[in-house]
Order: sequence, then structure tokens, then C-alpha cells
Amino acid sequence: MSAPHTGQFCALLLRRQLLLAMRRPIEMGNPLLFFTMVIVLFPLGLGPAPDKLAIFAPGVLWITALLSNLLTSDAVFRSDFDDGSLEQLVLAPQPLFLSALAYILAHWLTTGLLLALVSPIFALMLNLPVSALGTLIVSLLLGTAVLSLLGGIGAALTVGLKRGGVLISLLILPLYLPVLIFGTAAVQAAVTGTPSGPYLAILGAMLSLAIALAPLAIAAGLRISIDA
Amino acid sequence: MWTFFHKLGSPPWLYAIAGAILRWLVPITLVALVGGMVWGLLLTSPDFRQGNSYRIIYIHVPAAVVALAGYYVMAIAGAISLIWRMKMADVVMKAAAPVGAALTFIALLTGAIWGKPTWGTWWVWDARITSMLILLFLYLGVVALYEAFDNKEAAGKACAVLSLVGMVNIPIIYKSVDWWYSLHQPASIKFSGESTIDPSMLYPLLLMIAAFYALFTCCLLMNMRAELLQRESRTQWVKKIAGKEGRR
Amino acid sequence: MSSSAAGAPLLAAQSLSLVRGGRELFCELSVEVHGGQLWQIEGSNGAGKTSLMRILCGLSRYGFEGEVLRSVTPLYLGHQPAVKALLSPRENLQWHVSGEGLYSNEQIDTALARVGLCGYEDVPSHTLSAGQHRRVNLARLFLSEARLWLLDEPFTAIDKQGVDETQALLASHVDGGGAVVMTSHQPLQVTCNVHTLNLVHGVVS
Repeated sequence: MSAPHTGQFCALLLRRQLLLAMRRPIEMGNPLLFFTMVIVLFPLGLGPAPDKLAIFAPGVLWITALLSNLLTSDAVFRSDFDDGSLEQLVLAPQPLFLSALAYILAHWLTTGLLLALVSPIFALMLNLPVSALGTLIVSLLLGTAVLSLLGGIGAALTVGLKRGGVLISLLILPLYLPVLIFGTAAVQAAVTGTPSGPYLAILGAMLSLAIALAPLAIAAGLRISIDA
Repeated sequence: MWTFFHKLGSPPWLYAIAGAILRWLVPITLVALVGGMVWGLLLTSPDFRQGNSYRIIYIHVPAAVVALAGYYVMAIAGAISLIWRMKMADVVMKAAAPVGAALTFIALLTGAIWGKPTWGTWWVWDARITSMLILLFLYLGVVALYEAFDNKEAAGKACAVLSLVGMVNIPIIYKSVDWWYSLHQPASIKFSGESTIDPSMLYPLLLMIAAFYALFTCCLLMNMRAELLQRESRTQWVKKIAGKEGRR
Repeated sequence: MSSSAAGAPLLAAQSLSLVRGGRELFCELSVEVHGGQLWQIEGSNGAGKTSLMRILCGLSRYGFEGEVLRSVTPLYLGHQPAVKALLSPRENLQWHVSGEGLYSNEQIDTALARVGLCGYEDVPSHTLSAGQHRRVNLARLFLSEARLWLLDEPFTAIDKQGVDETQALLASHVDGGGAVVMTSHQPLQVTCNVHTLNLVHGVVS
């Protein structure tokens, strides 16, 4: 026997989380279905006029992505907390913030990434110009990763609470706002034909900051939740 | 220096010193508040554009300034509680959250009241107002998280983490909202950003800001004393105080 | 307190005190666990056994007075078995979140066979019973090389034969120089000497 070194352990956690997600495909499909359903609500509520929908499309797509991310964030650590795995993870002789990063990466791969990949279909249904699709995908890829990291903080802080589900929205929605603002702005810029690079660069900067700091907050939150 | 830190960690000492400060600070705060209001509301001349309605800034601006500072007080207390494991820092943080939330709410309310005569509508999605609204959510998040935990010690630590995360995010949120507003700013509403404030209006404003800082400190200390009594309700020194108050 | 074993203790708790809900669970509790010792923590329900175990293993880091020193990384088995229903027993051990070791298939098969799960290695864990989940968790004892074991109610939902086998394992671990701290309501029937820590009356050897 040999203890795995840190990189090996993180890869192992990532593989474990992904396998767990694959074994419950419906859990992976749920956020996508939710995304679809909410997108459908907007034409019904705002009216089906194509030009009107095109104006709102960037905001609608981003708000919906944000909500479906929020919906899944609560579950990142929940089942591991319930069956005692989280205790073992906290006690593991490995840096907890890296383990947390592996969990978040698995969460993003099974939600944000898929969402970004299917988003063009719904963008076309909302009459978003084809020229803006590339920007939409890139902004969602960068933005949902930030959302997953921030959501992880909320999940870590509320995982020990029985009624954490609603609380997590109050805790992390304010933190989501900058991502929403710049994500929408990037797509809007692409629609109007102005360069969207600067907005994507800001989203990238947010992602870098979140990767650096969020895992520390998640690790601290997990230790507190385990203790409570 | 170290003995001072040590004393800060002792609840009875903190309770006593907070009481001693309050004895002086409460009268000073009241005088400053009343003085600032009389000066600002009665003695200054009306604004040539907004008339008398501008006078609400003597409440609105101090509340907004101190509300933001309050979040930093809370977050720094949270950092101290996490790094040095000082339990009394938890007490400061717990005490600061509702006061800060109340001040943010006052700032929003007075902003809305001011908006009606100035812009003709109760609510404008102005960058500053939107930022204040988000600040209110951040405060409420901390309060709600604290209440959700049964174990109050864990609640303190969790809120410390959350307020630190909030502190890192506040500049980002403020800048984003500022930028968002400049992108969407409708031409009809121009905030009087370029106009300078006359000294005769500025001095009472500064007095009111100082008075609000003092008010915040008073509320913080009072809240802290209440929290200390509740936390330590089973110890000898609290029973002694309760006994003294009971006989009075 | 006995300090027959030489050398530094694997686990040392110094003047631990814990108050929960206004009730003092234990006060000024000091204990040193050396290699070759088996400690049983006794006490009625609510006496603070689990709280003490969580303090000893490091999950509880505040809310108590005193200090805990661990000179080795302990293996802690808690109330929950930490078994994922969607993974098979083999996968559960192979990818265990404790990050303790990387085990070969043979090692895992041997360990699972020792806890009576031969033939169940690759079935999804949700088809197993609660007792079998606990057994998957106990299989970690056969794989682990940790010298210090902290076991919170390891016999819950385990049948009589399983209890006997686990007790034999604990004895052989202690004989090999390891140390065990455990809580259990049942009296232990092991070949080695058992130190008892009663949370109501203090330390009894």
C-alpha cells in the first residue's frame, strides 16, 4: 500500500464524482431540463415577437443558466455529508482545498459545461443572431465555472443545515451578480457587433480570482459544517 | 500589549468596558445627532435646484456611508475570529450584522423618498441604490446564516467565512454595478455627480456622518453587551449582574 | 492511568472539558494512548462518547477546552459508514475519500472476504443491507496501515459472528503494537488487556 500523493488523490476524487454522476444520469439531465423549461417560460410571458425576444435573449439565457446552477449547487456536498464521506474527506491527510476544487470541477463538468454546449439550441429558439453564439458559449464556459466555485462556498456553509436549500440562494445570489452583468454584456456586445473580448477577459479574471480564493473558503466552510 | 489582548478575550471585562464607553458615548451621540439635524434641517439654506427636499441627505448619506463601513467592521471581526480564534470577535460580528442591515435599510428608504421629488419615481435602478440593495442582501445573508445554525459557535465561524467572502466581493460587485449602470444609463436621469457641495451644506453633513458613526458604535456596544449576557448566562459574573439589577 | 508502554503516546488528550446545552459532559479529562493499548470509552446515551471521539480524531476543533496531540494520522470510523450506494464495495474502497492508500484489487478482495462480503465485490452497494454497509466500512481496518484506530460504535448492526471476528482483529492490531480507542455498549471479549474510560466516573484501568 502507498498513500496517494495529492495530484493522484484529486484525480481519484474527480473520477469518483464523475462516475457517481454518470450512474444517475437523470440528476445530470435535471438542470438541463430545468434550463429548457425556464427558457420556454419567457416567450410565454413576454410574448412571441421575434425581435422583442432577441433583445432579451442574452439576459434570459444568462439568468436561466444562473438559476439552474443555483439549483444544483446545494447538492455538491449534500450526499457526502449524509453518508459520512465528508467526515472522512475532512480527516484525509490531503489538502482539503484541493479536494474541494476537485469536487467543484466535477460539478462544473456535469452542469456548466453541458449547459454551455446545449445553449446554442435555445439561443436560436430565442432568435439570438448566429454571430453571437460563439461568444455565448465562451462566456457561459467561463461564467458557469465562477458560479460553480461561488456556489460551492454556499454549499459548504449550509451542508450541515437541514433547511439549507433556500438559505443558499440568499447567501450566494448577491455574489453571482458580477458574473451575470459581464456575461450578459459579452453576449450583448456580440449581438451589436462590438468587440466582446474585454468582457470575456473580465470573466476570465473573475475565474482566476475565484479559483485562487474560493477553494479556501469552501474548505473552511466544510470544516465548520462538519463540526456543527 | 498582550495583556490588553488577553483582557479583550475576557467577557466580564469587555462587558464592563463597553458599559463605561457607552456612559460617555450615548450623550455625545445624542448631542451630535440633534445638533447635526437642527443645523442641517433648519439652519442651512435650501438648494437652488432641489429646494428643501435635498435635506434628506443629512440622513441618507451618513446611513449609506456607515452601512458600508459596518460591513468591513463585521468582516474584520470575522477574520480575527477565524485567525486568532478570539471568541469576542464573534460577538462583535454578531452584534454588527443587524445594525448594519438596519442602516442599509434606512439608506434605501431615504433614497426612495428622496427619489420621488427629485426623479419623480420611488425607485430608480441607479448604480448606488442597486449597490445598497445588494449590500442589504449580503447583511441579511449573514443574519440568516447565523440564525440557521443551532450551534452558535459554529454559526459565528460560518458567518465569519461568509462575511470575508462578501468583503472580497463587495468591491467587485460595486465596480460591476457601476459599470453596468454606465452602460445602460438613460439620458434623462443624470445624477448630480459633477456638482460640488457648498461648505455651508457640507459641514453639517460631516457632523451627521460623525454622529452616525457614533450611533453605530453605540448600537454595536449595546448589542454586544446583550449578546455577552446571553452567551455567558450560566456564569457567575452574569448571575451577579442579574442579581444586582433584580434588587434595584 | 497506566503508562506501561514506552515511548511517546500516539494520542494524548490534556484536560479536556466539554459543556453541551448547559450540561458538563466531562471535565479536566486527560488520557494518553500508547501503542499496544485498547481503550474502551463507556457511558450511557448522551454521556458524550461520540463528542469525545470527534474531539480525539480532530473533527471537532472548537467548543471544548483542552488540547489533543496526535503523533500519527488516525483511522476514524464514525456512525455513518461512508459507503456510496451507487458504487460497488470494491469501488468504495478503491476510491475512498479518506485518501489513505491506493489498494490493489487483490488487497481489496482479501479485505472484503475477511468481512464476509466475498461475492459481493462488484454489486451496487444499494442492494446491500445496512449491516453489510457497515462491513464494507470495517474492511478498511484490514487495509489500513494506520497505527491508531478510533472507532465509534463499530459493532452497530453487525451480527454476532461479525462482532467476534472484529474483536479478534482489534486484539491482533493491539498485539502488533497498534492502539485502539473505541466506544461500545457491549462488554468486549478480547484476549488483550482493556483500559476503560468511564465518562461518568473518570478513568478506570
